[in-house]
Amino acid sequence: MKAPVISSWFGRGKIEAPADVESAALSSDRFRLEREAEWTELEDILRRMEGGSMRRVTDEELLALPALYRTAASSLSVARATSLDAATLSYLESLVQRAWFQVYGPRQGLWRWLSGFLRGGWSRAVREIWLDICIALFVMVAGSIVGWLLVASDTEWYYRLVPSQFTDSRVPGASREVLAETLAVEQNSDGLSVFAASLFSNNAGVAILAFALGFAFGIPSLMLLVHNMAVLGAMLWLFSGQGLTLEFAAWLSVHGTTELFAILLSGAAGLHIGRNMAFPGNRTVLAAASESGKRGAIVMVGVVIMMVVAALLEAFPRQLVGGAENRLLIGGTFLACWLAYFFAYRGQPQEDAQ
Amino acid sequence: MSAKLGPIEKRQRQIITPEGVAMPMTVASRGARVAALLLDFFILYFAMFVFILLMIWLASGFMEALIDQAEDQITGAGEFLAVVVILFFFLARYGYFLSFELGPRGATLGKRACGIRIASRDGGRLTAEAVIARNLLRDIEMFLPIAFLLSAPGGEMGNAGIAGMIWFVLFMAFPFFNKDALRAGDIIAGTWVVEAPRTKLADALSTMGAADGRSELTGTRYEFGEAELSIYGEHELQTLERVLRASDDKAMSAVHETICAKIGWTPGAGDERAFLEAFYAQLRARLESDMRFGKRKADKYSESN
Repeated sequence: MKAPVISSWFGRGKIEAPADVESAALSSDRFRLEREAEWTELEDILRRMEGGSMRRVTDEELLALPALYRTAASSLSVARATSLDAATLSYLESLVQRAWFQVYGPRQGLWRWLSGFLRGGWSRAVREIWLDICIALFVMVAGSIVGWLLVASDTEWYYRLVPSQFTDSRVPGASREVLAETLAVEQNSDGLSVFAASLFSNNAGVAILAFALGFAFGIPSLMLLVHNMAVLGAMLWLFSGQGLTLEFAAWLSVHGTTELFAILLSGAAGLHIGRNMAFPGNRTVLAAASESGKRGAIVMVGVVIMMVVAALLEAFPRQLVGGAENRLLIGGTFLACWLAYFFAYRGQPQEDAQ
Repeated sequence: MSAKLGPIEKRQRQIITPEGVAMPMTVASRGARVAALLLDFFILYFAMFVFILLMIWLASGFMEALIDQAEDQITGAGEFLAVVVILFFFLARYGYFLSFELGPRGATLGKRACGIRIASRDGGRLTAEAVIARNLLRDIEMFLPIAFLLSAPGGEMGNAGIAGMIWFVLFMAFPFFNKDALRAGDIIAGTWVVEAPRTKLADALSTMGAADGRSELTGTRYEFGEAELSIYGEHELQTLERVLRASDDKAMSAVHETICAKIGWTPGAGDERAFLEAFYAQLRARLESDMRFGKRKADKYSESN
């Protein structure tokens, strides 16, 4: 019986010749020696691909890869049925596994993925979790009302809710002038970029936490949202008590529309995972978790981008631009842009996942 | 399924490729994963340390200008450096794991050193979203527990801190409570961590030496009969293969003696390798030809049927 010599289809003679086929006493070893050249060729291509440099792999080799992979896979099935050579079997198993990882590996690099993400993937993922966004929005509004009511009933709550970094001069009983002073513009931009970078690092951490805690059926995510918004409610109460509601809202809106939107999305993404794990429907809990987890991850990459924008807004325009109208204009424009991007922009049609 | 499985058999899984080939996968051991993680953290913190040293060295260049100004104002260049450091730390924390796991090897440097990689649990494609999701979850699994472990025992956070610590310890212990050693991030992302062996192709045994039965040293011809070859099964064959490949004289003479005792030959000395090669080739030929007729003999205890 003569086996077809497939290696001649991809003629490249640089691989060292295996031992003489006829010298093998066993037919299973002859089978192996006849195919060894293809296996080594596949291994050679794999090694270069795994090295990370696609430039060292020629187009012909890339085209040959699937065929070589299938040859190795069928060699493995034949060897399993006919050969008792443990070394060859384990070599083939590892070779087929490595080839499988390359043939069925991530199809797109980080940049291709990012471009698909910006051109439709992001807004699609956001639209897919609309129900969770509604729930998270409701919780956030409820949280700020709770914060307001708590402080209104007992000012002691203010000190418990608001972190100490905000309670410098912004405390109950402060005069209108003192409060207005905290909303004023800075004289110059020194140090503001450091401020922006640390804000971003901090806020992105909070958002990622809100997402990651969704794992526990979403309840910690919601608690985090309530707590953060209660702080906002308490400060809103403080400023409105001195008739500064509009100024405070304007001061906050410059970056707040972007940042609160991002926190809303991260909470919703966490809630999405929790909700799908609690009510998986026909899927297994694990399948539901991974499906919603991947969708949530897309939203979260977007949240990190929004956090960058928010931190830049918080550090520069908010501190440098004065006047409630100007500030409201900036904040409102950004809110409109985000809403349009998420819900009006449809982008490219989705590529088939498989 | 037998009740007693060895530690390695317990981690064996199978994936059916689209070509219909059953591909064995071995779930990475928890020890290898901890080692990989420690390595990754070591690399990450070492890189951060070097980066900070570099920044300090750069900063020292305009330190004089700073002193000259005699103000506690940060200069433009100093401010830029501070921004770079903060952003670098953020990027390093997330980018290191992301970029390496999205690469062709599907593994960070630590995982590569331990011979493991991540893969999609359902046998499908490993997507970018999955890699991102599993790495975002690392925050509550790794970075927060460490913070809690450092602060909670001091009691500064009260009962909430202790409750939080228990909660996060649960996350850290997660891989020990399921058979695939999944951490929370793996569950969310639909991934798992498997061994990625890189085996070299060993030589074919039947092309060399006395595989055809004739010893080059003594010129004798080893021929084994039906009764002598039917004693052993596949397990013994593979043990013999290992001994031959390791080519250790002591082990070979011990095995030679055992086989001779078993088949009733009087063991000679000096020609062990040729004897074993001949025995291996003939035993394998017999077992393989039986195999083609659907008869398999797992080891010496099983009936040849």
